[in-house]
Amino acid sequence: MSQAYRHIIGQQTWIFASLAEVMAKATPERAGDRLAGVSAGTAQERAAAQMVLADLPLTTFLSDALIPYEADEVTRLIIDTHDAAAFATIAHLTVGDFRDWLLSDHATPAVLAALRPGLTPEMAAAVCKIMRNQDLIRVAQKCRVATAFRSTIGLTGHLSTRIQPNHPTDDVNGIAASILDGLMYGAGDAVIGINPATDNVAQAMRLSHLMADIIDRYDIPTQSCVLTHVTNTLECINGGAPVDLVFQSVGGTEATNTSFGFGLRDLAEAQSAALSLDRGTVGRNVMYFETGQGSSLSANAHHGLDQQTCEARAYAVARHFDPLLVNTVVGFIGPEYLFDGKEITRAGLEDHFCGKLLGLPMGCDVCYTNHAEADQNDMDNLMTLLGVAGVTFIMGIPGSDDIMLNYQTTSFHDALYLRRALGLRPAPEFDDWLARMDILHSADGFRLSGGLPDGFARSLARVARHG
Amino acid sequence: MAERDTPTVLTEDPWRSLRRYTDARIGLGRVGVSLPTRELLAFQLAHAQARDAVHLALDTARLVGDLRGLDGLAEPLLLGSQAVDRDDYLRHPPKGRTLSDGDATGLTRGEVVPDLALVIVDGLSSHAVQQNAAPFLRALLDQLPPLRLSAPVVVTQGRVAVGDHVAERLGAQAVLVMIGERPGLSSPDSLGLYFTWAPRVGFNDARRNCISNVRPAGLDYGRAAARAAYLLAEAQRLGTSGVALKDRSTDDAAGLTRDHTSFLSLPPA
Repeated sequence: MSQAYRHIIGQQTWIFASLAEVMAKATPERAGDRLAGVSAGTAQERAAAQMVLADLPLTTFLSDALIPYEADEVTRLIIDTHDAAAFATIAHLTVGDFRDWLLSDHATPAVLAALRPGLTPEMAAAVCKIMRNQDLIRVAQKCRVATAFRSTIGLTGHLSTRIQPNHPTDDVNGIAASILDGLMYGAGDAVIGINPATDNVAQAMRLSHLMADIIDRYDIPTQSCVLTHVTNTLECINGGAPVDLVFQSVGGTEATNTSFGFGLRDLAEAQSAALSLDRGTVGRNVMYFETGQGSSLSANAHHGLDQQTCEARAYAVARHFDPLLVNTVVGFIGPEYLFDGKEITRAGLEDHFCGKLLGLPMGCDVCYTNHAEADQNDMDNLMTLLGVAGVTFIMGIPGSDDIMLNYQTTSFHDALYLRRALGLRPAPEFDDWLARMDILHSADGFRLSGGLPDGFARSLARVARHG
Repeated sequence: MAERDTPTVLTEDPWRSLRRYTDARIGLGRVGVSLPTRELLAFQLAHAQARDAVHLALDTARLVGDLRGLDGLAEPLLLGSQAVDRDDYLRHPPKGRTLSDGDATGLTRGEVVPDLALVIVDGLSSHAVQQNAAPFLRALLDQLPPLRLSAPVVVTQGRVAVGDHVAERLGAQAVLVMIGERPGLSSPDSLGLYFTWAPRVGFNDARRNCISNVRPAGLDYGRAAARAAYLLAEAQRLGTSGVALKDRSTDDAAGLTRDHTSFLSLPPA
């Protein structure tokens, strides 16, 4: 653990006291690592750390746990579920060799899929730190991860979207109006997911019913989720609510998750309860996780690690529970962790790459807050890059403006731009529904028909008369 | 020219009338699949206003004046965090969670420790605090049972956890932090409430209960006050707060209805 790592460049010898220090100082610059006091002091120190990192055997990460096995249940999960046979393919490589191998034609989608159980999050994080943005995009393109519940998410050539119909008072008609807006723009095949303004069990049950009614009534091949605490969702299930997906924010250290108020046992219990409802039609992935760089530091639970390494470890938590969706909420946490558009862009590509490499159905909340140095142009860039990288899903909000959480993310219009720019179709079951309802015709240049389907038109006419 | 061309390139959404149900930017219409110019520019203006709101300083003199107008509260205390200015605050969150050394030293336990410390923090929107803190407190005072309240403590350049620092110094049994939430494009004035039982420096969010979006156009003062009073009563009963304290406030108290039927749930036939 205390072995020193050295690198000599010309007259200068760079010394790093620990693996954690090498990892942190090799990380491309970002505000959160500066805040934690773990980032490289100079650009040259960063380059030296990257060279040290590139020379390390991947096996280092199996013998030198960044957070001790005894102290952290996430470390125990990573070590106990590691598949040595799958790892054998790359066991002889250094981190630098691993980058070369990932980019090579040996690393086909099938080979990468077989490798997953042999990869630890720390290996993914390490190689990520010495990859350029185009490397992160290119390798992610080769990682295919498909999941299913009532729609099939993540097939090649497809992009899914979450309708995020948040309302500051959880008003049912306000929420329904945003859902309608999204559906009419062809969004919602990943999930219709509400962040409740009032976070209690009764409210979560009410919102579950609201969404289940709509999904049932219009026979929409999608799933709903109330983004409330896992223990609330468990109570909803026990109370008879029509729960499709269980949500939880997850972090990469046990202490982070303790600060979120849960442990791995809670996730297992909730997953089991959701599976017992058997509400999926084409698959049984019932978990929806959100993550984001900086959450561990924010909870003072980062153990001196850099935020990107903590983030990758969160994916070990996520993948253990076979999620339908994992979403890195990349720009939400604020400028003290990701200062500007450049840092948000880099982090979004890193998270997507690491998640996909580890086998997660990785989406991204391409977003920023009003106290960050970022704007819509930064979001246009990141969403386009992620579209090229094969991102599984993005958020969809009316006009990019979340009126409850007070930040900006991608809009329904944005998703259609990506579809047209890159030829990306919605999930097949949902794509068929959109065509059948005469809403969006993917086969005809992603053409919106512009009218309202009969059922929706009747609902609108009714409120126009009575409203 | 524009008048002749507009109808052919801009498609309006027939459901735009649903905007009466929400401030969300629904029914924007489209050119191709993209945003019409009018919507693009409206968004840019809203973003510019929110950006400027982040940097607007709290008018503490006016706030103190408003607080003095409330019956049953002692003279307000005016304190600062360790952040020296807005830039320092934005880049270094730990500074916003701790009182400045001088203010921490000066804040001491009185002969009677409060049951509830009232801490008002500018956070990311001074506007929210300026507009909503005093009227919310007025509603809260109406709903609380008899108990010993601290003087209202105003902290500038502060974050939520600074409430724990204040409460610990005062020896308070519980703390209610009223803080300006990050400004949104449609709601630059949302006040957030954070309640913690037996607050100690170093507590994390799992120990807190949050009530969000307190403002006239969001959760109104009366309902927010009822929920805050409920949290205090439950915490007194359970001896804890946060994840272990589920908000099961009744419909009446929380202002919720049990109805989950929206206009989209109506039978399509």
